Amino acid sequence: MLGIVRRRIARGGVNASIVEQSLQKIRNQSLIYASRSYSSASKEMTVRDALNSALDEEMSADPKVFVMGEEVGEYQGAYKITKGLLDKYGPERVVDTPITEAGFAGIGVGAAYHGLRPVVEFMTFNFSMQAIDHIINSAAKSNYMSAGQISVPIVFRGPNGAAAGVGAQHSQCYAAWFGACPGLKVLAPYSSEDARGLLKAAIRDPDPVVFLENELLYGESFPVSAEVLDSSFCLPIGKAKIEREGKDVTITAFSKMVGYALKAAEILAKEGISAEVINLRSIRPLDRSTINASVRKTNRLVTVEEGFPQHGVGAEICASVVEESFEYLDAPVERIAGADVPMPYAANLERMAVPQIEDIVRAAKRACYRSVPLAATA
Amino acid sequence: MSSAFSAINTIQPLHRTIDNPSVSPFLGSTHKLRSFPACNRAPSASWIRRRFSIVAVSDVVKQQKTKSGSSLSNLLITKEEGLELYEDMVLGRSFEDMCAQMYYRGKMFGFVHLYNGQEAVSTGFIKLLTKEDCIVSTYRDHVHALSKGVPARQVMSELFGKTTGCCRGQGGSMHMFSEEYNVLGGFAFIGEGIPVSTGAAFTSKYRREVLKEANSDQVTLAFFGDGTCNNGQFFECLNMAALWKLPIVFVVENNLWAIGMSHLRATSDPEIWKKGPAFGMPGVHIDGMDVLKVREVAKEAVERARRGEGPTLIECETYRFRGHSLADPDELRDPAEKAHYATRDPIAALKKYMIENKLVNEAELKAIDKKIDEVVEDAVEFADASPHPVRSQLLENVFADPKGFGIGPDGRYRCEDPKFTEGTAHV
Repeated sequence: MLGIVRRRIARGGVNASIVEQSLQKIRNQSLIYASRSYSSASKEMTVRDALNSALDEEMSADPKVFVMGEEVGEYQGAYKITKGLLDKYGPERVVDTPITEAGFAGIGVGAAYHGLRPVVEFMTFNFSMQAIDHIINSAAKSNYMSAGQISVPIVFRGPNGAAAGVGAQHSQCYAAWFGACPGLKVLAPYSSEDARGLLKAAIRDPDPVVFLENELLYGESFPVSAEVLDSSFCLPIGKAKIEREGKDVTITAFSKMVGYALKAAEILAKEGISAEVINLRSIRPLDRSTINASVRKTNRLVTVEEGFPQHGVGAEICASVVEESFEYLDAPVERIAGADVPMPYAANLERMAVPQIEDIVRAAKRACYRSVPLAATA
Repeated sequence: MSSAFSAINTIQPLHRTIDNPSVSPFLGSTHKLRSFPACNRAPSASWIRRRFSIVAVSDVVKQQKTKSGSSLSNLLITKEEGLELYEDMVLGRSFEDMCAQMYYRGKMFGFVHLYNGQEAVSTGFIKLLTKEDCIVSTYRDHVHALSKGVPARQVMSELFGKTTGCCRGQGGSMHMFSEEYNVLGGFAFIGEGIPVSTGAAFTSKYRREVLKEANSDQVTLAFFGDGTCNNGQFFECLNMAALWKLPIVFVVENNLWAIGMSHLRATSDPEIWKKGPAFGMPGVHIDGMDVLKVREVAKEAVERARRGEGPTLIECETYRFRGHSLADPDELRDPAEKAHYATRDPIAALKKYMIENKLVNEAELKAIDKKIDEVVEDAVEFADASPHPVRSQLLENVFADPKGFGIGPDGRYRCEDPKFTEGTAHV
C-alpha cells in the first residue's frame, strides 16, 4: 500500500503537505479505509467492478471473445461479475450453460481451437474438478502435442479458495494443482488493479490461463489510478509485485493472503521488523527472480498461502529459494498454509484452518529469531 | 442390427419384422450371414413408420427408399467416386498393416491402435467433407487423419517420432493434429473429443451469427466408440448440441468391444442410436461395414448440419479385425465372430459391388492396390530417413506465447535468452 503511495508521489503533482497527512493517516488506520483519505484524483473500485469492466472492455474490443458458464447471463453472474453483459452483448456472446462443467469446458476448448476466445466461468474452482480433464489434457497440452499448430486462447476463471462457512467441498484452493502443469498460465490477482490488468492480459493471451479469483475479495475496494482505468491497461504475466518494501523479512502471498500479509506487516512494523510483502500475482510462471532478489536482500522468507501445505505453492517457493539463494538465507523458510484437513464448517474451526494475521506475524518473528521457536504446526 | 436397407430405425421393440425376427439385435455368432450387396433385395414392404415427432432425416432419403423395385437400381456412385472410395479404404488398410509390421520391428512404440475393418466409416463420412470441415477422433485416429487428407508420409513420421511428422513427433499415435486439414485431434481419453468437437461446431455457428461471416458453414464430425457412449461427456454434449442446434454429426463407431469389455456387458440399453431422440435429435443406425450405406446416410446428416438444422447421432455397426491395440492379446473375442465379420470386409464388399455393376475392372483396382503399396512404402522410407527431433525441441511449443516461461533471474523474459532451449530442461 505504501508502495503505491510512494510511486504516486514520484509521479508528481501531489502537494507535499497533503501527502504528509495522507501518510500519517495511512499509518494510523487500516489499509482499506486509508485509501479514502488519499487526496489525489484516484477512484476506488471494487474487485467485482474491476473484473466486470475488464470483461466488458475486452468483449467490446474483440468480437471473438465470449463468456460461457452457469448463470452468467440472465442471473447476471453467480457473483455478479458478469452483470450487464447479457444486455450489452446478447445471448450468443454471454452463454448460459446447463450444469455440465466437463461439457462446456470442452466446448470452450474446442471453440478456442478454432479461433474464438472463450472465457469459461466456473462457479467455483471446486467445480473445475469435473472439467479438469479438459483444462489439462485438451487445453494445456494441445499446443505441445500439435507442435504449435493449435493454440488454445482460453481463460478459465472463477472464485478459488475458502469463502465463509461453505464447507469442505467448496473451499479448496487450486493454485498448487494447476500451477504444477506445463502449458497453463495460472494467475491470482489481489487488488482491483491486479484483477483488471491480469484479466485483460489473460484474455489477450494466446495460451490457456487459469484465473483464480477470491470470493471474499469481490466486494473489497481498492484505489485505482487513471492508468488502470484505461482500456488498454494490461499487466505482464509472470511478474510479481512488491506491495510493500522492507528489509528484514520477505513475506510472499497471493490473492486474499496479500491483504493479511500487509496487515501483518503493519503489526510487525510496530515491533521494529520491516517486512517486504510480495504479491505473487502469477503462480505459473512463478516470478522466481523477484522472490530470490528479495530474499537476497532480507535473508529471511515466510511464504503464505491458503491451500493445503503439502506440495503447495509455498513448497515450490521454498525449493526455488533453497536452490538459488541458499547462502543468503539466515533462517529456515517458514511456510504458512491452510491446515492439512478438509475445510471444517464451524466458524471457529474454519478460522483455525485458514491462516490468520497472527500466524503470519508469529512466523515472521520466528524467522527473525524474535520469538520462542515453535514446532511446525499443521 | 438388421442390415437390410433400413437406414432409419425407430423406437421399436427389438424384434424386427423384416428378416430374422428372432435373432438377437446384436450380431454375434448367432446372426445369419448375409451376402452383400443388400441392394439386390427390394426394401421391405412393411417398412416401419417413424413414431417420434422429430423429423429424422429429410424426405430425400425417404423418397429414395420408396422407389419401387430394387431401390438401388440407380447406382449410388459414379466410377470416379468408387475409385476414390476404394483407394481411400485401401490406403487405410495398407497403412495400418504397415504400422503393425513397423511396431513389431521396433520402429513404432507406445500405444498403437489400428483401424482394420472400420475403413468404411472413415471413408464413407470423411470423403464427403470439404477441407474446412473439421473432424475430431479418438486414439484410433490414423485413418481418420489419412482420409481427411494428411499425407501418409507425415502420419508415418509422426508414428516413428520423427521431426517431420504432422506434430513434429510431439504428439504420437494417439494425438494426430493438423491445422491445415482441420484434424482437431487425436485424444487419448475417451469422450474427450466430443466436447471439443461440439466446441468447433459452436465456433462455426458463432462465426456465422455473431461475427457475421456468411459463408461459415463448416460441419464438424465427432468419431468415438461404443464405450464412450456410457460416458457423461457424451450425454452432456448431445444435450447442448441439440439445444443450440450446432452443426455437428456424432458418429458412433460401434465395434462391440471396448478393449475386452463387450458392449452388451457394459450398457443397459445397447442400442445407442436411441439416445439421440432422447435429446431431440435423430438417431440413425447403419451398417458400418458397407461404405455405400454409410455414405448415403452421412451425406444426409452432413447436409442437415450444414443447413443449420442441428446435430444427428449416427451409430455405425462395425468391427475391428485386430485387437484394441497392438499390445492387446485379443483373447476374449469369439473367433467365430471374427470370422463372420471378416466375410463382411468393407474393401472386399466395395470391390465386389463395383465389379458386379461393371463400374471398373480388376486391372484398375489392382493398379490402385499397387499405387497404394508404393505410397505406404515411400512413407516408411521417408519416415526412416527423417531426423529425430533436436534436443531444443523439448521446450518448444509449450506455450503459443513463449513468455509463459516467465522472467529469468536477469529480469528479462526467459524466452529472449538465446540459450533458453539448450542444455537441460530445467526452467
